[in-house]
Order: sequence, then C-alpha cells, then structure tokens
Amino acid sequence: MKFVDEYRDEQAAARLAALIRRRVTQPWTIMEICGGQTHTILKSGLEDLLPAEITLVHGPGCPVCVTPVELVDRAVAIAEIPGVIFCSFGDMLRVPGSRRSLLEAKARGADVRIVYSPLDAVRLAQAHPARQVVFFAVGFETTAPANAMAVWQAARMGLENFSLLVAHVLVPPAIEAILSSPQCRVRGFLAPGHVCTVAGYQEYERLAERYRVPIVVTGFEPVDILEGVLMAVTQLEEGRAEVENQYRRSVRREGNRQAQEIVREVFQPSDRAWRGIGVIPLSGLELREKYRRYDAATRFPTADSPREEAHECIAGLVLQGLKKPPECTAFAVRCTPETPLGAPMVSSEGACAAYYHYGRREAAS
Amino acid sequence: MSGFELSCPMPPTGQDRILLAHGGGGRLMHQLIERVFLSAFRDPALEARHDGATLEINGVRLAFTTDSYVVRPLVFPGGTIGDLAVNGTVNDLAMCGARPLFLSAGFILEEGLPIETLRRVTEAMREAAARAGVRLVTGDTKVVDQGHGDGIFINTAGIGRIEAPCEIGPQRVAPGDAVLVSGDLGAHGVAILSVREGLEFDAPILSDTAPLWEPVAALLGAGIQVHCLRDLTRGGLAAALNEIAQARGLVISLEEAAIPVSEPVKGACEILGLDPLYVANEGRFVAFVPREQAERALEALRRVPVSAGAARIGTVLDESPAAVVLRSRVGGRRVMDMLSGEQLPRIC
Repeated sequence: MKFVDEYRDEQAAARLAALIRRRVTQPWTIMEICGGQTHTILKSGLEDLLPAEITLVHGPGCPVCVTPVELVDRAVAIAEIPGVIFCSFGDMLRVPGSRRSLLEAKARGADVRIVYSPLDAVRLAQAHPARQVVFFAVGFETTAPANAMAVWQAARMGLENFSLLVAHVLVPPAIEAILSSPQCRVRGFLAPGHVCTVAGYQEYERLAERYRVPIVVTGFEPVDILEGVLMAVTQLEEGRAEVENQYRRSVRREGNRQAQEIVREVFQPSDRAWRGIGVIPLSGLELREKYRRYDAATRFPTADSPREEAHECIAGLVLQGLKKPPECTAFAVRCTPETPLGAPMVSSEGACAAYYHYGRREAAS
Repeated sequence: MSGFELSCPMPPTGQDRILLAHGGGGRLMHQLIERVFLSAFRDPALEARHDGATLEINGVRLAFTTDSYVVRPLVFPGGTIGDLAVNGTVNDLAMCGARPLFLSAGFILEEGLPIETLRRVTEAMREAAARAGVRLVTGDTKVVDQGHGDGIFINTAGIGRIEAPCEIGPQRVAPGDAVLVSGDLGAHGVAILSVREGLEFDAPILSDTAPLWEPVAALLGAGIQVHCLRDLTRGGLAAALNEIAQARGLVISLEEAAIPVSEPVKGACEILGLDPLYVANEGRFVAFVPREQAERALEALRRVPVSAGAARIGTVLDESPAAVVLRSRVGGRRVMDMLSGEQLPRIC
C-alpha cells in the first residue's frame, strides 16, 4: 500500500538505526508526544533497533487518558438520561468513571453508539428529531475541526436536538507544562504529526527557543519515528534546538488554515484539567458564546458525584514521561485491560495498554 | 506551571453484567467460559476446550460441535448468515480432523421478518451444505416478539466422523512445529464492518466464508501428521494462537511480513483503525505440522482453491512463559497479545 509500505520497510529502518548509532555519543531522553507514536514504537519493537544511549519516554498525547474523571462521569450520567442517544469514538467507551464506563452504561440499557465522525452524530440528530443526540468531543487539535464543523452545521440547520460534551485538549500547553516541571528529564521531543497537520508548528518554535529543546514534527509509521529520532539526536549532538519537520508529506508550517478557521469560529481556548496531571492554563477548548447553546454540559446539568481514585495508579507520572508503565506496582497485576486502574490501560493510545499488549514479556526482547 | 497534582486517575470497577465484549473472543470471553460455564458443566470432553468435542462410541470416533450465529447485516458481500451457520459448524468439525456428516439448524425468527429474507438465507444454507457435503437432518423454529431479536438468529450443531489417524489438538503442538495459515486474513470481518460503516471500495471486499474440510482432507491425504488445527473466527489469528500457546505452555514465534493480508483489507483496516490479525475470518485456519513436513503441507493446501493462498508464518519454540511473539516488519520483536474485548474504532 502506497504511503504505508515504504514507511514500514525493514531496510530503510535498518539504515536509519545505523545512522542513529553512528551519531550518538552520550545518553539522550526523547519524548514522543502522541499515543499513536507510542503504540508504533511498541508494536514494531523499535527500541530493539535503537542504541542503549537513547531512552524513549511516552508523553501525554492520549486524549482519552487525560479526560478528567468528572467528565467521564458526566458523560455516563447524560447517556443514562432516557431518550438521549450518546455518541462517542470507540476509544472512550471502556474508560471507567467513578461509577461505571460508557460500555457498562450501554449494557444497562443506555443508548450509546460508536460513530466514526461527529457528522454521523449530526445525521442521527436529523433522523431522530424527538430525541437528544449528544456527541462526546474528545481529542487534540486533530479532531477539533470536524467537531467544530458538526456544531457549525447543526447551527446552520437549526438542529436543536444536537449537542457536544466538550473535552478538547491542546498539545503545546502540555509540552510547556512538562518542560517547566523541575523533574523533567526530556531533552528532545517528537511532536505529533497529525496535530501539526491541522495546527501547524509555529507555536512549537517559541517552545524550542525558550526551553532550548529540539522538537521534531514526526509521523506515525516505524520509519517516520526512526527518522524523527535521528533528527532529534542530530540536533542534540550538534547543540541545536530547533523545530524540524520530519512529516513533510502531511505537515506545513502554517498547518491547515481552513481547519483552523472553523475551530476559531466555534471554539475558544480555556483552562482544562488533565486527568492525573491537574489544571493546565489555556490547554483546552470550549464553545464560544455564540454556540454555547450546543454545550451538553449546560443542556443537561448533572450533579457532580464524589469521585474515587485508585491510589496505586501512577498514570499522572506515566503521562508526563516520569515513569514507564512497568515501573507501576499495579501494572499487569492489579491493573489490566479487564480491571483498569487508569485510563492509559484501556485507551488504544494509552502507554500502559501498549506495554501490556506488545511489550509485557522478556522473551520479546 | 510546575508542581501538578499527581492524583490517581481511576477507580477500580468490577463487571457484574454481560458486556458485548464477553462475546468478542478475547480475554473477557475466556474468563466467562472458565468462571461460569466450565465450573457449571465439568466434563472431560468439554474441558479439552477444542472447537468441538471428540467422542468415541463403539470404536467409532466422532466429533460433535455447536455454534450460534448473530450477524448484522443478515446479507453481506460474499455471504449471508445462512452460509456462516453451515460453514462455521462444518469448520469446527473439520478442525477436529472430522469429515462433517450431519447438521441440525435451529432458527429464532423475529416477528415481522420478510419471508423472502428467510428464503434467501435457507437457500444459502442449502448451497453451503451441498458444497460441504453435509446433510441438514433436523431443525427447530421459534418466533420472538418484534424488537426481541435481530431478524434471524441461527444455531447449528454438527456431527462428523474423525478421519485423522491421531488426535488433533493443542496438546500435540510441539517445539519445532511449523505454523501455517490457509490464506489471507481479515476479509470477513472487514466485509461486515465496511457495510456497517457505509465504506465503499473500488472492488468490494468479500467475506471469506467457506467450508474447510477439503483442505484438511488434503493435509490428511498427503500423510501430514497434523498436530493442531484452529479456525480463525472471533478474535482472529491473535486469539487462536494465544489460546494454543497458553494451553501448551510454549512460545509461538511469528514473522509479521509472512502473514498474508490482501491490499484492500490492509487499506480498510488502516481507515477503520483495526489490526487484521485480530479481525474475524470465516474460511481460514491455522495448522501446526512437523517442521520437516511444512513444505509438503503447503503444497497440499495450495492445490485446494480455498487454501490456495496458504503460507508459513512461524515456528513453535521451546521457551517459557507461554506467549505469541512477533518479529515486526521492521525487525523489532514484540508480543502479540489476545484482545481484552472487542476491537473498537479509535479517535485519530
């Protein structure tokens, strides 16, 4: 398959790995931001190809993992209101709230549906005018344009039975939060290619300069990631700290202007709590005043229930790259995909899930 | 922004109700079988946990199996629920090394179902039975209120005569065995999903539903000492191999690049965010054979149309702990785990 096979090619991977080995003279810790990249690294066994000097740590780029438990609880409460059709991307369904997950709510009779696009939820609202259709808008900059478009279309069609439960988060404030932590040991970043396809990478230039850290916009295939690591290592070894673009087949510096416009039309930045991390200023999106009537959180006021957290879970540390999943005492013992203590164990972009499914066994290395 | 609160993000939850994932062929389903069914119905034939039970009556070795079919849509590219219901049970018998002989069919019909749809399904069953050389000899019909069924649910049970000279099952898998698959993977699950998701391709992806006794007979006829067979239905290749690795306590080592997946299925899986190694097949199986017979087994399989795309994908290693390990396309090694529940489409 074109645009896939050439980026999973064994010879290309071996060539890049050899270049990295040649270039490295000292230990470097590099963080890949996106959970999709984490999964490629584990699924392809990329760490086997890298020299011992390179440590890859996994970042907070799993939108499902960082969605606060209060919001999951609210989603479950709304889904359980009779007459509501609650739509979500598949990833979100297994994440347990304080009481239960959306999947468990579905088993108890809630009408929870998996959709591939928020526009499918808009179509459902058109098809079921007597019912309330709510879409759980989870994601980074990548999914924001389609979610904004759904609201914009609903407004244009005068659809009053459609609303959005907004849980949008933004990457650059999260990188800044990680860099400004005194415990930070990350020396270079692989920035998320799909987020930058939409948002561009101008904002990252300020971060690279201010924190003296190389940031390489990187794709998601094994060869992309190895090339991203090579570019980051080259900068580190040469003492440079710039933004470079490995994912040139998709990303332009200014991003996708049209997509940015629709996001700006519908959303505005807001402070946002990240599950396991805490509140990061201006790290999320909320609906603008003009579109506030499509906000499911105000349309369906639900009482905040007291939330219970499992004390053993170190998801907050994992999401900041301070610990790796196997360092958690609960990992694969008390925390498994069937009995998760933290969201990273059940999301398809979660670091704990990646280690559990692909890397749990010594014999694999 | 230093010094975040490092709170722990999630409460423990237990499952006290059946989730869809309990039927997904992954770990949850296995837990359900172990904790509810096996503990209630203890029996040596059941505890062998093969695709069917193998029984001996007056010196005649028989295989006996049953399966229920719930699929939406009832008619999909390449098949219907009717073909599935015949082929699925025929294949469970074939995986015991048994020639399928007799089937039963139980129908649970939903009030309001067009008779024409039922005719189309039964016609497909008749054709599938003829193709598999099996007789449909007894049946049952029930009708449920509208809204209490999904059009048609079918249960089939089957009896076959075991023709394999030795027992076939996970317990016979040995270090050094070659692991073969009978063809390209993932077509059935992708055919169903692409209809459900309204995806259109230049050429539609057709389900691989097919009877598998012929290729099994070809292996036995070629004198291959077949150690284990497993059809790759729910949970796909990953579930089947993990079950066998766990049952036998060995490592199964695979070459990702050797696992056949067609280009259209690869493309659809990329779009849908699925891994073809976990997607259901209805006309594919995995065979464990002695290493020195691997080439001959492949030749025998490739002479039969339904297994013309057979390939060797790996080897059984004398290592522990039990696992399925895969050498990725780019040369790294990793575990290929069993899914927890169903594969769910992802965000981005």
